Amino acid sequence: MSFQRVLPALFLATAFCAGGAQAQIKVGVISSSSGPVALVGIPQKNTVALLPREVAGQRIDYVSLDDASDPTASVSAVKKLINEEKIDALIGPSGSPNAMGVIQFAAAAGIPMLAPVGTAAVVLPMNAQKKWVFKTTQNDDLIASALVDHMKATGIRTVGFIGAADPYGENWAKVTGELLQAAGIKLVSSESFQRRDTSVTAQALKTQAARPDAVLIASPGSSAVLPQTTLFDQGYRGKVYQTHGAALDEFLKLGGRKVEGTILAASSMLVLDDIPASNPTKAVATRYVADYEKLHGSKPATFGANVYDAGLLLQAAIPAALKQGAPGTAAFRAALRDALEQTRELAGTQGVYNMTPADHSGFDRRGRELITVKNGRWAALK
Amino acid sequence: MDSQIALLLGQDGLTSGAIYALLALSLVLVFSITRVLLVPQGEFVTFGAMAMAGMQAGKPATLAWLLLGLAALRLALMLPAALRRRRLPAARSWGMLAYAVALLLLLRNLPLQQLPMAVQALLALAMVVPMGPLLYDIVFRPIASAHALVLLIASIALHGVLVGVSLLMFGAEGARSEPFSGNGLALGAVTFKAQTLWVIGVTLGLLLALYAFFNHTLLGKALRATAVQRLGAELMGISTAFAGQASFALAAFIGCLSGILIAPLTTLYFDSGFLIALKGFVGAVTGGMASYPVAALGAGGIGLVESFSTFWASDYKEVIVFTLILPFLLWRSLTTRHTEEEA
Repeated sequence: MSFQRVLPALFLATAFCAGGAQAQIKVGVISSSSGPVALVGIPQKNTVALLPREVAGQRIDYVSLDDASDPTASVSAVKKLINEEKIDALIGPSGSPNAMGVIQFAAAAGIPMLAPVGTAAVVLPMNAQKKWVFKTTQNDDLIASALVDHMKATGIRTVGFIGAADPYGENWAKVTGELLQAAGIKLVSSESFQRRDTSVTAQALKTQAARPDAVLIASPGSSAVLPQTTLFDQGYRGKVYQTHGAALDEFLKLGGRKVEGTILAASSMLVLDDIPASNPTKAVATRYVADYEKLHGSKPATFGANVYDAGLLLQAAIPAALKQGAPGTAAFRAALRDALEQTRELAGTQGVYNMTPADHSGFDRRGRELITVKNGRWAALK
Repeated sequence: MDSQIALLLGQDGLTSGAIYALLALSLVLVFSITRVLLVPQGEFVTFGAMAMAGMQAGKPATLAWLLLGLAALRLALMLPAALRRRRLPAARSWGMLAYAVALLLLLRNLPLQQLPMAVQALLALAMVVPMGPLLYDIVFRPIASAHALVLLIASIALHGVLVGVSLLMFGAEGARSEPFSGNGLALGAVTFKAQTLWVIGVTLGLLLALYAFFNHTLLGKALRATAVQRLGAELMGISTAFAGQASFALAAFIGCLSGILIAPLTTLYFDSGFLIALKGFVGAVTGGMASYPVAALGAGGIGLVESFSTFWASDYKEVIVFTLILPFLLWRSLTTRHTEEEA
């Protein structure tokens, strides 16, 4: 390579770095704060105000967009954030199908993406595109294995499954099917329902007709209530398991005494008073819940905490990335991705993160807690 | 499947079928009088249900604010024309504004949570029903003579706006209200849920009332005349604008009542109404958007089909329900003579 050709390149590079040094870090946030997934998106949008504002002397600016729960709108929002706002990292979108749709654009632009979505499909199986994605929720199989272990320990032989007809319910059907088989528990019925259904009587009847020892309901948000109350109304008094999707105070409010005794596995955020102070997530989660309540006057849903954790992950990774390049450059973004992958023993609200090149969700058993409903309140299962 | 399951499914299907039938009736009513396919019908259902659940949960009645906003908007829209004629807008518009303010004050000062359920239901109706004519005046009256397609587009736009407003007012959380009464009625092996009996009873009562209204009152006959021939009715001195307002008021009333009826049965969300009304629409289509009894029967049938198909194939429930519309459309298009729509 001749000197003449290197010189302009060098010059450009210095100019670029000089320009970049003054730029602050820009993070794009996409949430579904309207439309069908608003239940998930609103606490996420509200959490943006609690994300870290400054790291290692660099200001962090957040650009928050709403995709109205529409995957097409998520893609245009991502393109806008990449091309116009020149973001360094992306938090969002809220919905699993939305997140699946934007991965290729985030990867093509080389932007680390922190997805607060349920489906493990955004990080598994790992490939060249998905290596840009980090997931701040527990993988379904981590939660499911806690439930299946509990079933096995309490002598349950047959299980009926009722799941939402969306990616969340479908992935649960897949994951639990495999785990139950491995545990020697028989899945005797598998039914689906729509989130907006006004009646799930038929599904409940069919499940009851199969006479399972326990029923597992997998549905996001307060739609998980209706199958369980319908089962109760029809005289089913067996065990009911729920997923972390039901881990909301709304669930208790809507279900009342009909959901007493429900067992679910979720992050310890629901039962902060019951867990020992030695649990590393307790302090972080307590602070988040208190800050959120101070700002918005209500307790946050777990979905918001997933975005908060994304902020914590970025906060921990940014100092290392700053050594490799200035914000706004491709070098910085690539270094940020590498630093996120190096995350070790970071306590978030949802658990303790240990990222590896193969595992971009990074949770272990400390990220889940068996929880039950006792006297109309969440309580840790002893 | 044994007979008990069949009876339970039938009960479930009849309950939803009754609601679909009510909505099918109001869709046919509004369509035949104003040529508007009332897509936002489902929002009245949501409003009714959310108003009940909100009052019982002790939340402020935000719907009254929407009513106030709509009343003010209509007044504002009338002002330019009134100024040109150097006259104040009609007393009725001021009356509506005063009504909205009075209702808002009343709701703010009443102990909503402790009121008997019948009073809560009346208050919910008092908030939602006037929205029907207001929305007609604001959105559809200025374009009343436009092509049916334009009306449909305006209707879809209004639906979008109301769903957004609904999210703002009620939030994304689901809501549910208390059942009207506790115990059900045991008939042999099957217990009929109290709420099911309420739904079916109120539906039948309303059907009879509507029948009497359309056949034995002057206003009902005027509405029917408008539905048969708009121009002819106008020549006979029937105000089509008034007929439009009346049909929208009836639609809002039926929608709100349906919402109040199903709120204790299921968890409803800010956007739940649309799907419920859509199934009512399938019922209305079976009646060719013209016949009330066929539409009501069709909608009842939809409820039953939905319930049984869910039992056998829950994954394909919606597909089955909405596919039902195809044979009816085919049958309709083969048996009826096509006429160009009057402009």
